[in-house]
Parts: sequence; structure tokens; C-alpha cells
Amino acid sequence: MNKVRQYFKSLLLLELLKGLSLTLRYLFRPKFTIRYPEEKTPQGFRFRGLHALRRYPNGEERCIACKLCEAVCPALAITIEAEPREDGTRRTTRYDIDLTKCIFCGFCEESCPVDSIVETRIFEYHGEKRGDLLMTKKDLLAVGDRWEKQIAADRREDALYR
Amino acid sequence: MSDDRVTIEINGQAFEAPRGAMVIQVADEAGIAIPRFCYHKKLSVAANCRMCLVEVEKAPKPLPACATPVMDGMKVFTRSPLALEAQRSVMEFLLINHPLDCPICDQGGECELQDVAMGYGKSISRFVERKRVVADKDIGPLIATDMTRCIHCTRCVRFGEEIGGMPELGATGRGEHMEIGTFVERALSSEMSGNIIDLCPVGALTSKPFRFRARAWEMQQRDAIAPHDGVGSNIHVHVSGNRVMRVVPRENEAINEVWLSDRDRFSYEGLYHDDRLLEPMVKNDGEWRVVDWETALARAVEGLDAVRVRHGAERLGALLSASATAEELYLGQKLFRGMGCPNIDHRLREIDFRDQADAPSFPWLGLTIAAVERLTSVLLVGADPRKEHPIINHRLRKASLAGADVMMLGATREASNYRVAEQLDASPLSMQNALAGIAAALATSRGDPSPSSGMVAGEAERRIAERLLGSERAAVLVGPMIAMHPQASRLRALAAYVANASAASYGVLSLGANAAGAWLAGALPHRGPGAKPAPREGLAAADMLNDELAGYLLLGIEPELDCADGARALAALRAAECVVSLTAYRTETMMEYADVLLPIALHAETSGTYVNLEGAWQSMSGAVVPPGEARPAWKVLRVLGNLFELDGFDYQDCSSVLGELRERVANVAPSAPPHGALEHAEAAGGESVIFRVGSVPVYAVDPLVRRARALQRTADGIFRGVRINQRLAAELGLADGDSAAVRQNGTRRSFPVVLDERVPDGCAELAAGVVETAALGPCFGPMTIERE
Repeated sequence: MNKVRQYFKSLLLLELLKGLSLTLRYLFRPKFTIRYPEEKTPQGFRFRGLHALRRYPNGEERCIACKLCEAVCPALAITIEAEPREDGTRRTTRYDIDLTKCIFCGFCEESCPVDSIVETRIFEYHGEKRGDLLMTKKDLLAVGDRWEKQIAADRREDALYR
Repeated sequence: MSDDRVTIEINGQAFEAPRGAMVIQVADEAGIAIPRFCYHKKLSVAANCRMCLVEVEKAPKPLPACATPVMDGMKVFTRSPLALEAQRSVMEFLLINHPLDCPICDQGGECELQDVAMGYGKSISRFVERKRVVADKDIGPLIATDMTRCIHCTRCVRFGEEIGGMPELGATGRGEHMEIGTFVERALSSEMSGNIIDLCPVGALTSKPFRFRARAWEMQQRDAIAPHDGVGSNIHVHVSGNRVMRVVPRENEAINEVWLSDRDRFSYEGLYHDDRLLEPMVKNDGEWRVVDWETALARAVEGLDAVRVRHGAERLGALLSASATAEELYLGQKLFRGMGCPNIDHRLREIDFRDQADAPSFPWLGLTIAAVERLTSVLLVGADPRKEHPIINHRLRKASLAGADVMMLGATREASNYRVAEQLDASPLSMQNALAGIAAALATSRGDPSPSSGMVAGEAERRIAERLLGSERAAVLVGPMIAMHPQASRLRALAAYVANASAASYGVLSLGANAAGAWLAGALPHRGPGAKPAPREGLAAADMLNDELAGYLLLGIEPELDCADGARALAALRAAECVVSLTAYRTETMMEYADVLLPIALHAETSGTYVNLEGAWQSMSGAVVPPGEARPAWKVLRVLGNLFELDGFDYQDCSSVLGELRERVANVAPSAPPHGALEHAEAAGGESVIFRVGSVPVYAVDPLVRRARALQRTADGIFRGVRINQRLAAELGLADGDSAAVRQNGTRRSFPVVLDERVPDGCAELAAGVVETAALGPCFGPMTIERE
């Protein structure tokens, strides 16, 4: 009995029609596709993109070389060297992030006691030759300086949940 | 159970403990963790941090485990609700005034306060009021302070009183206003001051050279042996990214306990000095060129071989550092003996070798380092243990505190940090008379014939003799000043006689990390490895330089600073046809006299073995890779052996060199010196001249420590001038701070005058081993001082 029913079902191509009906339904629904790069998806304030080192409003760099980000980084992408600056404060002499190693987990940002290392909304960057994706302290501070307004606004919004 | 043992119960487990032990000691031995800050096993009990509160049955309140002696049947609970609550509350109090600056604190990651707060503290703070702020103190170039972080455990204060022997730190004020400091702001002068960095449970006292450079968790810990004195303190070298970041002590109860001298702790800075030679260099027609190893080695072989062919092998000489490893010294002598040259020596600062044939198998302390603290009387002859062997000095101090008579013959640079039973400030000239006096007094009281005719013992000498005779465990320790003395052999014979006549053990406190190893490895002109007489006796170090040989091989030395007569050494090297220097540093002077510079690895970069004063062989492997093209010296010597086509230079690794050496010294036991005939010698120099006492300052003993920046900035590292006493100054018409013209062997130099009552009459203390005095003559010898 079962075999007979199976035979007729396959003969009438019922499965095919069922599948096509789903296709037909989606044909008239609103589309998800975004025409990148003309159009862009919306970003949250916790977006984890390119890293930046921030400064205080008076221009002093925030980083105090505590090396917690270096310790917490699961991909070992951060390299820090530190020594006392002339004024006796604890500062980095080297702060490198290897973006080819980074997995953008955001742990560095979480661990930072002074909100110095942050991940920005920037995700469109590239490197053309070897070493381009090794961000040095200078590069990271430059990113921070350029996007400070956005970074500060995002931190403010996130502060409620921290 | 005997009377002096009791049984106590900790957390329901029974333990047996000696009566009078503290609860925390029993718990520590059993591995039961009790949090603590002020308690330290090597310091007295203060019980002021209250962190170790535990519950004791029938006690109304929790008791501090560090100050509660065990009683029979006592029941202790370290994790009961009462104990935990007490610990939590103490932790809260301690954190009230502790700043939240862990991210910038060097102690972060290895901080006892952090650890205990995590383990025993509350998770939130209820404290909202203002925290206390304390001004930082400047206590010298070695130790950085952040006194706001201090929790007043007073470990550093107790260290100064009990171990350092100098109460330099103390507490002022009470309660919240209590501050730890030096009362009057000044640098710590203890030669062991670095230990308070390890003792401080928080980040109040941290290492200044290491400041902010690395974190505890990113460094690797490698074992090593300290390279500056014959003690051979055990150390940990902390390495991050092929760089030595710091040195800390490794516990070894038999040698350095838990302590480390500042010299061993901070000398690593010298590894990264700008003088470091990174590539082999050769001189061609007066022009220095950087070359590869093959060229440099070929040039070295060619140069030394040319001398051998032209003048014969006996016109070559090898001057080796007494701080080189045993493997290097062994290969150095093997290379030269293989080439047919017997002129090999490491005793660069000595000038009197008349007794070398009868010398003991190697310079030995005569007892173990740990046994020093059990001595009941010690006579130190020409030694300044506080600066020369700080760890030995600590043991001597323990002996002195236990009632031993420590007696000193010969002036010391520094006042002793313990009670000295007899201090005979004999000058180098009167040293012989003083020793002979003691010998005569001993002979008289034993009824023996007088060892040296016509010697009458003075009052002090008789007292010293009596104390030595009446003592159960006595020792005579002969220091570096004796070895460097022009009459060294006679002084040694006298000291040996004194030791023998008073049934004391005879020991040597030698300069250099590996003097014992050098003797055993055969880095001597008259003895091969294993203390066997050499088939052909060569020239001793001083004679090699006096005879102006045609070719020299130098290993790890700067002859103008490391030899007894720097000016003489320089002249000889300049006149030589070929000088090959295996060195870690290059200096202007070296570039003048040398022809080939071969860069070698320093301590912590090479594997090797040191034999310490008590004859213990301690091996280590390299902690970091040598910088640039520098290579371990044993490898360089091995390749030189290959290039000279000598047999037996096919070693695969350092341990096979050591294996061969150990085989050859297998049956060598430490021996005492003979105590034969003693004739009295005329003291050198007339009445009119002043005798120069050129002892080596504590931070000038070898090329590495001379380049340790922080140590050179301490009071001991700064060259201040020529030190004379008030009487001599008055005679010469000089006052403190005047400029004086010093003349020795026709060389004239000006130095500021420093008045110091510790300098004996007729002497002037003018340091050796420092650049300022390198051009002058012998470090022990006559000189003149004039007003300028």
C-alpha cells in the first residue's frame, strides 16, 4: 500500500512543487541583499573592527604599559615593550598589533584598565605588502586621534552595560 | 615521644612539631597555606600585619599563627568560619589605604597582596573615603620606592636590623601616619640592600634598573650561578625575549640561603653596555676591520703561530680570567700546553709566587660555607668580607651574633656590621709583624720554640692568640689583600702557622668567581689539571708581563684594570707582536694593543661550571643567546685547538669538556698549606715613602660589573680619590677635598684627597681596577703624595 502511494507521489513531482513554492514565496518578499560598497549594514556601538590607542583630552596617551592586553590576547597578536619615560611615568616604547594574527575577540579592550586600546568601527582596510598589517604604536595612536569622537561616543553608550 | 616534641592538630590532621615552634612554621612544613605578609622564615616575628589569624580551640579570639607557639594537643583551624572572617576583615583593613594602581605597579602579577586579596579578601570594597598618600623616598640608584603602597609589614626594617646589620630603614609616626623611610633621606649602603626588593610583599620597594621593563608572567626563569665572587650564589635569571631582565636569588640553604648580594643581583646590566663587542675584528696595518669568524680565527692562529715559529713557544703567554668557567680555563691551558707553551696563569693580581710549588691543591675555605656560622672564633687576615664576599660576611655575622669572636687583622674599607672582638688595623707593611706576633704568642703559650726569631707579641696579638686557642671551632681566613701583597708567600706561611698552632682550620677568601676552578683546571704555570705538577714550569702572570713576551692570549680580561700592575701590563702588551683577546667588550685601550678581538659570551649567555670556595662544582646552562656574533669562549678555544691541529679538541658540547676535566681532578682532595720554616723578611719600602693599598672596590672586580650602570652610581661604585688618614694628611699639609699629586713609577696623576680614619698610618688607599688609577704602577707598592 505504502509503496503504491510512494509511486504516485513521485510520478506527480510533489516534492519539486513544494520546493518551488517556497522559492516563489521568497520571490515576492523584501530583499536582504545590500549593494556594498554603495550601501552598508548598520553597525552597533560594540562593533569590533580595527584597533586604536586613545589619548586623554589633554593629549596624553592613555596607555600605561600594564601589559594586560598582551597577556590576555589569545592569538598573541600584541607585543609591548616598556620603560620609564623621562618624567618617570610608565610608558610603552613599542606597542605592536599584528592584524594578521588578531581574531578580533575584543579581549584587549575588555582588559584595558584605562580604556586605551579599543576596537573601532573601521573594518575596511587592507595591506598591499608584507608588514602593512602590523600596526605600530604610531599607527594605532593615529587611528585613535582620527576617530576619537566616534570612539568616545561609542564608549559612552556602552558604559550603561558595563 | 620525647619532651621537646609536641603533637598539634591543624584542620583535623595531627602533626608533630618541636616545642617552641610557631603554628605557621608547622603549617608551612605540612603545606597548609596560611596567608601572611609580615612573617618571613629568615626574619624575626613581628606579628603586625595580622593576616595569619587562625582559630585555636579554647582561645576566645583568633590568634596570629606566626606568633603562637605550638602546645601539646592544640587544635588549630585555618579555614573555619571564624578564621576566614578574621582574614577577610584584616584584608579589608589592609586595602583601605592601598592604592589601586596595580596596572602600573611592577609588583603586579607577583604581588603577595594581590594574591592574598584574591584568595582571602572580599570581592567588593566598602571604603569610599580618601586614601592616604605618602611621599616617595630616594634611597639610591638600586631601589625604587612607592611608599603609598606600603602596608607596614616592616620586613625591610627587620632585614636592616637582623640581616643587613645596619638599621637603615625605620618607621616614623603611628597608625595611619606611620611611614617607612631612612629618617634623613639618603641612599642605602648595605651591600645586600637588594634583598628588600624580594622581601617587600607589595610594590613599595622595587628594583630601579628593572623598573617598568617587564611583567612577572612574561619572563622565563633559568637557573644560573652568580659570577662575581667565590661563593657561587645560586640565582634565577629572568629572561624575556632573549634579554636578561633581572636576577633574583635561588634558595640554597648550603650557600646563599635566600639572600643575594647587590653585585650579583644588578651586574646583569653590564650585559647590555655599549662597549659590547658584537663582531670579530682584526687589525691590519693599524686599521681595525670587522671580519667574519673564519678570517678572525685564521688571523689569530697565524699571529700566534708566527710568534711560535720566530721566537719559540715559550715567548707566548696566556692570561686567563679567574672568573671564567672551569671549561674555558681548562681548554685555555690545554690549548697552550698543546702548543708547547707553559706560560699560563689566572692569578693576575698576585705578584709573589715563591710558595706556589707547595700551595694546596686549590684555594679552599677550609670548611663549608654553611659551617662558617658555626665557628666560635675567626681570624680574618687582610680580608674585607663585607665588600668582597657579602654572603660569607652574612655567615660571619651570624656567627658573631651567636657569640663567636670575629677578629680582623688589616684595615677594612667599611666598618663591620657586627661586633668585632679584636680589630688590628695593621697596614700592609706591619701586617707581617702582626701575624708574626700572633704566631710568637701562640708558640709561647704552647711552649714551642718561637717561629720567627726576635718577634715579640704585643698586647692585642696575645689576646688574638688566646681567643684562637681557647676556641672550640676556630678558623683563620686569608683574604685577597694577602694574595695581592708583595710578601704574600711569607704572610701565607705565617697565617698557616697560626692556624696550625691554634688547631684552627686554614681557609682562603679568593678574588674571582672561579679561582678554585682555575687551580683545578690547571690554569697555572706550574700545575696541570688535577693539581699535578706540569712537565715544564712556565712563567707566572706577573713574570709574563715583566718579561715582555712576544705574543699573548687574553681571556675575558682588561689587563690594565685586572692585573697587579696595570701600567706594566699595558706596556708589555703594546710591545708584543701579537695579542689575541677573547673579550666581551672592546675598549679604546684594547684597540691600541690587540691585533685580533674575538667576541665571547658573558655570564648567563654561556654554559659552564664554577667551583666555589668550599669546592662545590656548580654547572649552569646559558639563559640567553649571546648577542651578535659573540660565541661562548669554550667554543672559540675549541676551534682554536682544531685550527692548531691539536689532538683532543673534538668536543661536541660543554659537558664533555667538563666530563674530561672531572675525570682528571677525580682524586684531588682539598689540602692545607704546609707550615714550614718562617724567616722574617724586611718590610718593603723605606720610611719616607707611602705604601699604596690598592684593593679592588666591590664594583670593579671584573669587566661585567664595571659596566653595570646602577651599581657604578652607588657610593661604592664612585671613585672618590686617594684616601689617607688625618695624621698623614697633616704631615703632607693636605686637607679633605684638596687635590694631591700622586707619583708611582714615574707616572704622576692628580686625585682629590679623602680623609678616612680607617686607613692605617703610612698608607694611602688608592683603588685598583678603576680607570682613574690604571696608568699608575703596582697596586701594592711604594708611592709618593705631594701637595698640588
